[in-house]
Amino acid sequence: MAERERRMAPPFGGVFVAHARVMTADDMGRAVRRMAHEIIERNHGIDQLVIVGLQTGGVPIAEHLVAAMEDIEGRRPPLGVLDVALHRDDIGLRPVVPQATTDLPDELDGRIIVLVDDVLFTGRTIRAALDAVCDFGRPRAVELAVMVDRGHRELPIRPDYVGKNLPTRRDEVVDVNAEGVDLGVMRK
Amino acid sequence: MNGSTGWDHGVGRHLLGIEGMGRGDLERILEVTDRFAEIGRRPIPKVPALRGRTVALVFFEDSTRTRLSFETAARRLSADTLTFTAGSSSLSKGESLRDTVEVIRSYGADVLVIRHGMAGTPHRVAQWTDAAVVNAGDGCHEHPTQALLDAYTLREHRGALDGMSIAIVGDILHSRVARSGVLAFSLLGAEVTLVAPTTLLPPSLEGWPVRVSHDLDDIIDSLDACYMLRMQRERHDDGLIPSLREYTADYGLSARRAERLPKDALILHPGPTNPGVEIAAEVAAAERSVILDQVANGVSVRMAVLFLLLGSVPDPDDVAEAN
Repeated sequence: MAERERRMAPPFGGVFVAHARVMTADDMGRAVRRMAHEIIERNHGIDQLVIVGLQTGGVPIAEHLVAAMEDIEGRRPPLGVLDVALHRDDIGLRPVVPQATTDLPDELDGRIIVLVDDVLFTGRTIRAALDAVCDFGRPRAVELAVMVDRGHRELPIRPDYVGKNLPTRRDEVVDVNAEGVDLGVMRK
Repeated sequence: MNGSTGWDHGVGRHLLGIEGMGRGDLERILEVTDRFAEIGRRPIPKVPALRGRTVALVFFEDSTRTRLSFETAARRLSADTLTFTAGSSSLSKGESLRDTVEVIRSYGADVLVIRHGMAGTPHRVAQWTDAAVVNAGDGCHEHPTQALLDAYTLREHRGALDGMSIAIVGDILHSRVARSGVLAFSLLGAEVTLVAPTTLLPPSLEGWPVRVSHDLDDIIDSLDACYMLRMQRERHDDGLIPSLREYTADYGLSARRAERLPKDALILHPGPTNPGVEIAAEVAAAERSVILDQVANGVSVRMAVLFLLLGSVPDPDDVAEAN
């Protein structure tokens, strides 16, 4: 969710100009399959798991992860979606509009939640997600899977599963879409 | 929109009435309401979206559900609330409305939710203060959040209001609910019929997008929704109706009359009901009555309104235009 929204954040508007494709769709598919294996290995199967995609960028990645886990284990773990817009600490600084839905499985108590997002940047989205998840129940543990970790954390948050570590400048923008991952800048 | 410097977020800078709003504005608010209804179903129905903001409830007239639902809505968004009621204030010492508003504003209120017996009061207050103003009922004029929650309730049961035939029955003359309802329902594509004795209709209905009937029995079997208004006994010492009993016989929704409604027709009432006057107690409690849904939806709609006024910054497109 981070990058797509940031595109609309102050100073508002601008056009994303890509200067490098850092992952292709195939690369992303391989990364998803590897992360699926890692999640299953670390949690000794999928019995305790609930996969939660963060609106909006994390949702397709969470769906791919769940599909990959089904290929491996023959069953799919429960999938939820979570919108953290109303839990953010910078509400009012950017156009937060609750269009994306939240839909989590009923029983989260005692489960292991894997939060899934497209890009991990400052960590503030994840902080908001942790708050939001706690309103729904008391999971045994929360883990974090991201397609791209671009650094520049502002909070003590680290990912458990990473598709790609991507060193960036702060003013650069990472765009994760169906065709791949692009690194670029915003032009007015 | 209502506010001259407001961003088009469905409500503008203030929510003063349905008048002046477009279909898109209403639909946008109802869409956002869906999201807040979901929050109401969570185990902990609370989000920090308006933390640090203050919602002042300024009620010069009595109210149970409107005030409580605004208060609940504010708390679910983690806003603080200030409550002012006329009975326990310095109004009795001669404090003016303007002073009252300035005092409340100086305690840090970001939005003033105002109910007042005089039409136009919220509009006046909006000129005095830089806080957002929400009209929670002004005299016989408008009650926009009621119309929004009614529209949301109808939409929840029917998907859309387009083509629905809705009767609003009762004391149209004194009803801000009817006025806002007529505007909102017809903007959303419904056909509205007002049903009342001539004495309980406004002197002129010119420009109202409605039909008028004086006989409920005449139209009852073709309705998709029957909206019963409360007989406002506190506004009725002036002989507009011969007697409550006669009114009930002609315009009350008795069990027998309700049977003539089409099977899937909905029954609404803004509350509080006068059982046995405009609606029979067993009709109000019937399965097709959505009166309790209206109460529950009131919180979600008011969350949406407060959030749109306080929590959201403009669409980038709007800003680009403004620059």
